[in-house]
Amino acid sequence: MRLPSILLTLPLLALASCQKETEVERANREGIFLIGNSAEPKSLDHQLVTGVPESKIIGALFEGLAGDHPSEDSTMLPGAAASWSHNEDLTQWTFKLQPEGKWSDGEPVTAHDFVFAYRRLLTPEFAAPYVDMLYFIENAEQYNKEEISDFSKVGVKALDDLTLFVKLKEPVPFLPALTRHYTWFPVPEHAVLKHGTISDRFTEWCTLENLVGNGPFKLKEWRYHNKIEVERNPHYWDAETVQLNGIRFLPIENPYTEARAFLAGQLHSIYSLPTDLIQWTRENHPEYLRQEPYVGTTFIRINNTRPALSDPRVRKAMSLCIDREEMCKYILEGYTPATSFTPKMGEYQPKPVLGFDPEKARELLAEAGYPNGKGFPRFSMLISKPSARASAEAFQAMWKEHLNILIDIQSMDWGSYNTAQQNLDFDLSSAGWIGDYLDPTTFLNMWTGGNGNNNTGWSNEEYEALLSKAAQQSDAAQRLEILKQAEELLMEEQPILPVSFYSRNYLHRPEVKGWHPLLLDNHPWKLLSLEP
Amino acid sequence: MIRYILNRLGQGLLVLFVLFTITFFLVDALPGNPFDKGDKALPAHVMERMKEYYGYDKPLPVRYFVRLKSLATGDLGVSSRLEGREVGEIISQAFPVSFQLGFIAMITALCIGVPLGVIAAWKKNTLMDYSAMTVAMMGICIPSFVIGPVLADYFGRTLKWLPVVDWNFYDPRYWILPALTLGLIYAAYLSRLTRAGMLETLGQDFVRTARAKGVPEKDILIRHCLRGGLIPAAAYIGPAFAGIVSGSLVIESVFAIPGLGTHFVKAIESEDEAVLTSIVLLFGSLVIIANFVSDLLGAWLNPRLRGSH
Repeated sequence: MRLPSILLTLPLLALASCQKETEVERANREGIFLIGNSAEPKSLDHQLVTGVPESKIIGALFEGLAGDHPSEDSTMLPGAAASWSHNEDLTQWTFKLQPEGKWSDGEPVTAHDFVFAYRRLLTPEFAAPYVDMLYFIENAEQYNKEEISDFSKVGVKALDDLTLFVKLKEPVPFLPALTRHYTWFPVPEHAVLKHGTISDRFTEWCTLENLVGNGPFKLKEWRYHNKIEVERNPHYWDAETVQLNGIRFLPIENPYTEARAFLAGQLHSIYSLPTDLIQWTRENHPEYLRQEPYVGTTFIRINNTRPALSDPRVRKAMSLCIDREEMCKYILEGYTPATSFTPKMGEYQPKPVLGFDPEKARELLAEAGYPNGKGFPRFSMLISKPSARASAEAFQAMWKEHLNILIDIQSMDWGSYNTAQQNLDFDLSSAGWIGDYLDPTTFLNMWTGGNGNNNTGWSNEEYEALLSKAAQQSDAAQRLEILKQAEELLMEEQPILPVSFYSRNYLHRPEVKGWHPLLLDNHPWKLLSLEP
Repeated sequence: MIRYILNRLGQGLLVLFVLFTITFFLVDALPGNPFDKGDKALPAHVMERMKEYYGYDKPLPVRYFVRLKSLATGDLGVSSRLEGREVGEIISQAFPVSFQLGFIAMITALCIGVPLGVIAAWKKNTLMDYSAMTVAMMGICIPSFVIGPVLADYFGRTLKWLPVVDWNFYDPRYWILPALTLGLIYAAYLSRLTRAGMLETLGQDFVRTARAKGVPEKDILIRHCLRGGLIPAAAYIGPAFAGIVSGSLVIESVFAIPGLGTHFVKAIESEDEAVLTSIVLLFGSLVIIANFVSDLLGAWLNPRLRGSH
């Protein structure tokens, strides 16, 4: 009779151990924010990473010169710098650091830490993946590419302990906004050098035991692929403002698992909601559903070196057959139809040029020598993420219907997909781009000839001349005007076919206060609170 | 016996060496390199530096021998995906989770599978047999990525009784759903193997003799037949245990459990050679040990096998 009794005990044990309070309820009591964060960070050394999940945690542990505003994208709050000023042509900037600024080990945050951080990031042997974010600084690129070896020629200096001076190679009106990106964050010179040299890629300095940051929170627990928990940093200069007692980041990769965890009361906020759950959530839990614009664009990348595809008329014809309204209604739910490549951000709104006109498309294709698709080569479209398949099939159907051309779909793993594009060993590919900062150059600069993210084989002298002209322009309004011209030229040529502007679809609990829609989705953690 | 054990050990080491060599060269044969897996392309000069840093600028045979040497000295290396993290540390965090989950799942599987198999054999060709085997067949046929979410949805989202993600070594609430999901598949196989083994034993002469002597049915079943009837199941448990404790990607993904399966698949995707070869060697060792233990267990259960080694 022993076996049946064991069988009976198991469910009883299960029942007895059931929870009386969900994790969210307990976290509300304890002031801990529970958030899904999609992936295990590659590292917590912000000079070694490029990803979005990393940026969330780094934003809690470190702070840049300017801080994020909780509800306005273009407004900056004081961060590690209390104030900043610039010369007339926006090429020389002086940042006054917080006099009370301290690292989480109690050491003062000085301008020397910033200089050290930028020097480390630019050190060639260090091989920082995101180093080009600092190329705005005078001679930074030359130092990083070993064209000069004297760091004192690079335009960054500590005038005294609390004054940082930055000299740029060209006017950058959005520099304070740029310093909100983690590549511009400081690293603690004393802590980094304690465990290694400036060119060591990874040392013990950013482990659970040793990590020292200057942000509102400090590291408390780190279990790989399980959780990262941060707690209040008592040495933070603005510690009284911080309302949460901690944040727990859960790297849940499977979005369905993440949504289930949210609905089972284990998370306050999730990273992203799968498209096929949006409708269900809208009907059953409208109080949790959030759909907010996000600064990114999905597009079709074209190998402009292929015959036929090298003809702008062909590319435009293909673009004119994409019914973006329908795509966003049925496949890319929550996304908005792209009208140009760069989404609207702040003062910048490019001319809306993209539309649906199959009649015109057929004319263009005939003009290019393929009347009714006759003689058009059979190309294939490269996809990597399973979620891209539905869109790819829709393009396939639209081009067949309106242009009578056939496209195959080819699926590859992420690494092969990247390699194929970099080697221009593809015809068409499904792609997306998320802006790094709120300025159109984060979208437009990638289409210059030597840019590693271009991968289209397309380049245009006139386009590059316009971008350089804009870069030299210190009048903000005029600068945007020139960038708009560049974008119009890009859309005239269409080396890529923009499809939709991103949206963040996610679930969020109403008791989280101080959380507002933001284009870059960087919510200042210190201003959040939980009010059940 | 000692010679037998040494012999098996030698074979095991050879298998591990071959495993390592094949894995190492297969990883290298994948397109691209570990540093082109980011969302954004690396500047060319940075890529060159990264390759230098990780030794990818050296020819393949050199890299192979360097790696072989470091493994032989017990140094598992550093992950290129989770930058700077020691492979030893990664495994020491993930393996206990996978082991605990696998162990609980195996106990669950035994508690469900063996009694089901015994009952099915005892009540052969009755409604009980058919229902037990139908349940087993369902366990084999329905994949865990269906059972897991269904269980999680009901007990987690609807009833809010049990957590559906995360892992806690000391809190059984976190074990129930994943262990049940993982255990059900193995329970299904175990019940079918137990039934077959029991049927064979129950049909033997000594059982008829026992019945003729008036031994109670319960005693025949448990005392005389169970040991012999478990032989096929025991042969299965060894390798199955090695498989179950080395992590299950599906269960780990459905319940967001920080086990080895996730690291394994991620290492393949990102060509993280150090992590991949280390986990392959760990899996290989586990299978070798489990097979060995399983053979010993088989010899203990089945006296006819003793001495045949």
